[in-house]
Amino acid sequence: MRVSFPFSAIVGQDEMKRALLMAAVDARIGGVMVFGDRGTGKSTAVRALAALLPPIPVTDGGYQDGSTGMAKAGATMPVPFIDLPLGATEDRVVGALDLERALGAGVKAFEPGLLARAHGGFLYIDEVNLLEDHIVDLLLDVAASGENVVEREGLSVRHPARFVLVGSGNPEEGELRPQLLDRFGLSVEVRTPQDLKQRVEILKRCDAFERTPDEFAEQWRREERKTLKKIARGRAALATVTVPDDVLMLASRLCIAVGADGLRGELTLMRSARALAALDGADVVTATHIATVAPMALRHRLRRNVLDETGSTTRIERALEELVA
Amino acid sequence: MPDPHAPDRFGDARIAARLCAIDPGLGGLIVRGGGDLRETLVTDLREALPAGAPVRRIPTHIDDDGLLGGIDLTATLAQGKAVTRSGLLQAAHGGMVIVPMAERLPDAVAARIAAVIDTGTVVTERDGQAPARFVIMALDDGIALEEHPPAALAERMAFWIDLADLCAPTPPAPADEAGESVSPYEAIDIIARTAAALGIDSVRPALFALRAARARAHLAGRHAITLPDLAFAARMVLAPRATRMPATPDEAPPDQPPPDAEADERDDGEQSQREPGPIEDVVLEAARAAIPADLLTRIADGSARRARTNAMRGKGARRKSALRGRPMGATAGVPGGGRRLSVIDTLRAAAPWQRLRGATDRIVIRRDDLRVRRFQTRAEVLTIFAVDASGSAAAARLAEAKGAVELLLAEAYVKRAHVALVAFRGPGADLLLPPTRSLTRARRMLAELPGGGGTPLAAGLAAARELAEAARARGRTPFVIVLTDGRANIAADGRAVRSQAEADATAEATAMRLAGIPAAFVDTSARPRPEGAAIAAAMGARYLPLPRADAGAMHAAIGRAQPG
Repeated sequence: MRVSFPFSAIVGQDEMKRALLMAAVDARIGGVMVFGDRGTGKSTAVRALAALLPPIPVTDGGYQDGSTGMAKAGATMPVPFIDLPLGATEDRVVGALDLERALGAGVKAFEPGLLARAHGGFLYIDEVNLLEDHIVDLLLDVAASGENVVEREGLSVRHPARFVLVGSGNPEEGELRPQLLDRFGLSVEVRTPQDLKQRVEILKRCDAFERTPDEFAEQWRREERKTLKKIARGRAALATVTVPDDVLMLASRLCIAVGADGLRGELTLMRSARALAALDGADVVTATHIATVAPMALRHRLRRNVLDETGSTTRIERALEELVA
Repeated sequence: MPDPHAPDRFGDARIAARLCAIDPGLGGLIVRGGGDLRETLVTDLREALPAGAPVRRIPTHIDDDGLLGGIDLTATLAQGKAVTRSGLLQAAHGGMVIVPMAERLPDAVAARIAAVIDTGTVVTERDGQAPARFVIMALDDGIALEEHPPAALAERMAFWIDLADLCAPTPPAPADEAGESVSPYEAIDIIARTAAALGIDSVRPALFALRAARARAHLAGRHAITLPDLAFAARMVLAPRATRMPATPDEAPPDQPPPDAEADERDDGEQSQREPGPIEDVVLEAARAAIPADLLTRIADGSARRARTNAMRGKGARRKSALRGRPMGATAGVPGGGRRLSVIDTLRAAAPWQRLRGATDRIVIRRDDLRVRRFQTRAEVLTIFAVDASGSAAAARLAEAKGAVELLLAEAYVKRAHVALVAFRGPGADLLLPPTRSLTRARRMLAELPGGGGTPLAAGLAAARELAEAARARGRTPFVIVLTDGRANIAADGRAVRSQAEADATAEATAMRLAGIPAAFVDTSARPRPEGAAIAAAMGARYLPLPRADAGAMHAAIGRAQPG
């Protein structure tokens, strides 16, 4: 296994990194949708985060067929990171009858698909806007319910499939349906930094990593440990962070002001603000936390007047200013 | 057009091929056109690789099993136990992979290859991971501007070489090895600046450029990177990816960047080091000289090569598909090439014969029993807007027509239809927006649509019909919406003769009807006259005069006229 680029060594892209960390702290936030061009470090960041996270008990990840003895007690596995390719067929995604065992041994067995393998980890879809509709429907269903139900070819299988869905795409190459967008918890927009110093720094680090990956990873080990500790602290603190009523009120008023449909916006806003507070080591969620996460949690939920040129982010910021003032 | 000062493009390409063998991290080369010349490149690359390195060709319609490995079905059936075979990518480890007709490579295959390139390993269910690192040589036979290898693959290959207009090797340029060396830090800085000046946002090209410069220094047996190394990297890696012309340096006339003149300047500057400016200018000049001549056209199209999308490639347009879509039963056939075995139907087909075949403890399945799944994909709808942007239309109704189009676009967005935009004014018609699903782009193109000039209605109808026929050839269902005031005054040959213009427009309208393309004709003139209705009748189109309908009502009327 090749060493992964250290998460802490990613230059800039603060919003994306923050969103991913929040999703790592609280998986219930739902997935993260990353908009941006190719080569802006989207997949690097997601892969890096998966590699950074501590191994999970085998019983909590991957496909569980209920058979005991498969996993020894205390055995661990790296956090699964599954890349869903654009051309994936339905069988590959949900799983299907195990062909070779059916033909060879005449046994009816289930061959787990990508959803099963992603359980407990990350499911990454590059260019989600180009994925075929019926696969997208399927993914959404499973991501929302946390369970994959297979009823096909005489098989009747259900297995847990809880994963952080991370999608990426470039809106210039095709729109994503609003129904799909709404299911992602957070959405961030990434751009290559236009600042020359930052770009030089990116090049330097990528180059150093490509030439001597192990040495580079070693240099960043301390930083990585810090980030890891932060996540672990955040996860532990999550249950104790409180959200005062006036902050909830602010969240609701914000959602009404920008016209986000449904309750999902408020819920995500609350969860992500709490995750951010936990990450920052705060005990109480404040209006500042809400303000930080609001663009990420809401920008893709606004009922879009397709003819309105004003960016969603601007609309949210404007509403925030009015409410806080 | 032999130009003694032009860089030796073919020589550069040969060096690039050798560099890929030195540093497989460069990914490989995409060679467009070139005929026999590219065989030379293939040979160069092969010879530069270690002796005995594997060389594999990817058939365009390879399936996952062939690419990544899987079950060998025939052997499995014969032996009654699972027999696996390794995939092509694994077999190519340490060598090269040739992708012929790369522009036809399905996106799904490209995505698989890209994943293997990223991780350097092939992951198979059974055997775990196997290393797979290789150099790719993609042969691009595309002719039209929009035919390109899938972006996911192109992004991961350092060199994009266009030999399309090169039939014979260019004379080798004088060697320019006497260059100033630069420190690694300076090299990174120069490349970052050059990439920024060329409007390249992705980080990968810059990293490739750095690798290419380093590999070129290595090839020449040098330890330090020199300016010519950087110039080479800039023109071979960065320039083909440029999305904008770099700002012209102060000493050059500001709006005069003809590539040839720049090439002269660059050669002089490089060979004799007369160029006084900062060193990154030398590198930037090298890149500027190598920028493809049609870049400006492509920028004007609103999309440089990078932005040409996979979504435009008309995939999945067949109504019946063996590969994907919603399931619709099974048919006899052998799996492979992406067709998936339908196990239940296969077993069902085999069941009645078991006793005859003398089955005892396990089912005997023969090749004839195999059933594969069939799927149904929805034919995509392509709505083509042919918008009259002439002076007469612009004066009064262009803004309203734009409003109506935007409403329809919003509708297309919800239905996930593709849209295309043809505008006609002045001498002829332009395809402003090739078929896309991107509302963002459609809206931008529409907002930027200028008005003015005559009304070449015949040209507009012809362009819309051609686009519709091309879409139908790809399995899409086209629908044409013409927005015009119907007052044609430019004939098909570009002359401003009203009577001829009207005759040509009627002829084109009839051609549209005969081609069987469904259409709607929106008359945007303030006081509709019989000409519009006549042309609509010739087209066999629903006639919708705008004055009597507001944008909303018109939108509803078009919705009724539209198929599906």
